[in-house]
Amino acid sequence: MELVDRVLKGEIRAVAKAITLVENGHPDKEKFIDSIYSKCGNAVVWGVTGPPGAGKSTLVDKLIDQERSKGKKVAVIAVDPSSPFSGGAVLGDRLRMQSHATDPNVFIRSMASRGHLGGVAGNTTDAVRVLDAAGYDLIIIESIGVGQTEIEIIEVADIVLLVLVPGMGDEIQALKAGVMEIGDIYILNKKDHDGIEKLEAEVNYMLSLKGYDELKNPVVLTSAVENIGIVELTHTIEDYYSRLKTSNRLTHKRKKRVREEIQHLLISKIMTVINKNLETEKNIDHWAEKLISGEISPYSFFNQKIKNFLEESSENADTN
Amino acid sequence: MSEKVRILIAKPGLDGHDRGAKYIARALKDEGYEVIYTGLRQTPDSIVATAIQEDVQFIGLSLLSGAHKELFPKIVDKLKEQEASDIHVFGGGVIPDRDIPFLLEHGVEAVFTPGTPISDVVKFIESVK
Ligand SMILES: Nc1nc2c(ncn2[C@@H]2O[C@H](COP(=O)(O)OP(=O)(O)OP(=O)(O)O)[C@@H](O)[C@H]2O)c(=O)[nH]1
Ligand SMILES: [Mg+2]
Repeated sequence: MELVDRVLKGEIRAVAKAITLVENGHPDKEKFIDSIYSKCGNAVVWGVTGPPGAGKSTLVDKLIDQERSKGKKVAVIAVDPSSPFSGGAVLGDRLRMQSHATDPNVFIRSMASRGHLGGVAGNTTDAVRVLDAAGYDLIIIESIGVGQTEIEIIEVADIVLLVLVPGMGDEIQALKAGVMEIGDIYILNKKDHDGIEKLEAEVNYMLSLKGYDELKNPVVLTSAVENIGIVELTHTIEDYYSRLKTSNRLTHKRKKRVREEIQHLLISKIMTVINKNLETEKNIDHWAEKLISGEISPYSFFNQKIKNFLEESSENADTN
Repeated sequence: MSEKVRILIAKPGLDGHDRGAKYIARALKDEGYEVIYTGLRQTPDSIVATAIQEDVQFIGLSLLSGAHKELFPKIVDKLKEQEASDIHVFGGGVIPDRDIPFLLEHGVEAVFTPGTPISDVVKFIESVK
């Protein structure tokens, strides 16, 4: 595929087209990803998450400054929610990063969630692969991080930076069960605002409940708009990353992620095959009616369907 | 497979407020499009680079300052330079009727003046996408 070569050469237009291919779930997607797969695995992936308006995009902008000054090629994927009503979206994260728009070594891509829950877009993992294969050293993902379910960022990022701000009140309670637990590094942004000490105390207390861990979660105070605390933050990230690596945690994390991916992949592949065979889309209303009227019972009916499907497949295999 | 029309709404030039641009961005979102919004004072270079990275099919330019005759064609030319002429450009804002033919001749495919119903913009997008 011509696109593969152009992506591997790092051609910007090709990279952008490849992400679209992946994002749309184009029929060529699987072949494409398989063709670049052996060139992946060199990039480091940071996830930035936290509640709306916490300053995530502003922070990413400042982090790009730092990493560019070290000569790194940086890519950003910024995810915003799609409207559940129209399916449209306003993707506004990159507005805060436009100072990098014309830097040939910075690539920024906005993605809409397109109905995918979990805080990232459904094809984020493959989009990361495109950027990785294209030679970006660092990939930063800005995700939606509002509550208990927006935690899929841990399935794509090596390090999760959780951004919190003063004055969230009860919100911090709401975050506790979900997003609050997935941070590797806690960034308390808008330190210029009142209530920063209170937030720091709350976060430290919460972290103290996690018990002993040799990889203690760092807490860093920043003021992203004023560019305060950013250099310290990058040092903290580097330090944490090297500890992740030497303690073998990174390998462990990545393996866990790949295991998750395999599970997802199998489920979606099997679903596709089964739905095609049973003609689910066509039949589902009919089945629902039969279930509601009590004409069939759920387990025996579908166990039989699956059994028939398996017998059919093995017959086909025999005749081939 | 799920394709979505992606549109960059950009404000070149120096004018200092973006109410109109934000309005059109939200209206297009409500029509089901994915709209990338980049804020005030974008240069032609940053607009073209952004459109390419975001792989949009459309760039909607909004301008109030009167520099449209200079800036719109410049953006069209830069797209050509980058071999990205497949990206459609349309414009809006305070644009006198007498300037519209000039813009259309210079590669801007449609111009929407204030008060144009959003359905006209949608019709345009759907007809060329
Ligand atoms: N006072 C103060 N304001 C900040 C700081 N960091 C960001 N802001 C402002 O907070 C607002 C939101 O910033 P963003 O960077 O867009 O926040 P975000 O978390 O990316 O927002 P969403 O993507 O919409 O969830 C902007 O007006 C920023 O200028 C900070 O450290 N101090
Ligand atoms: Mg943001």
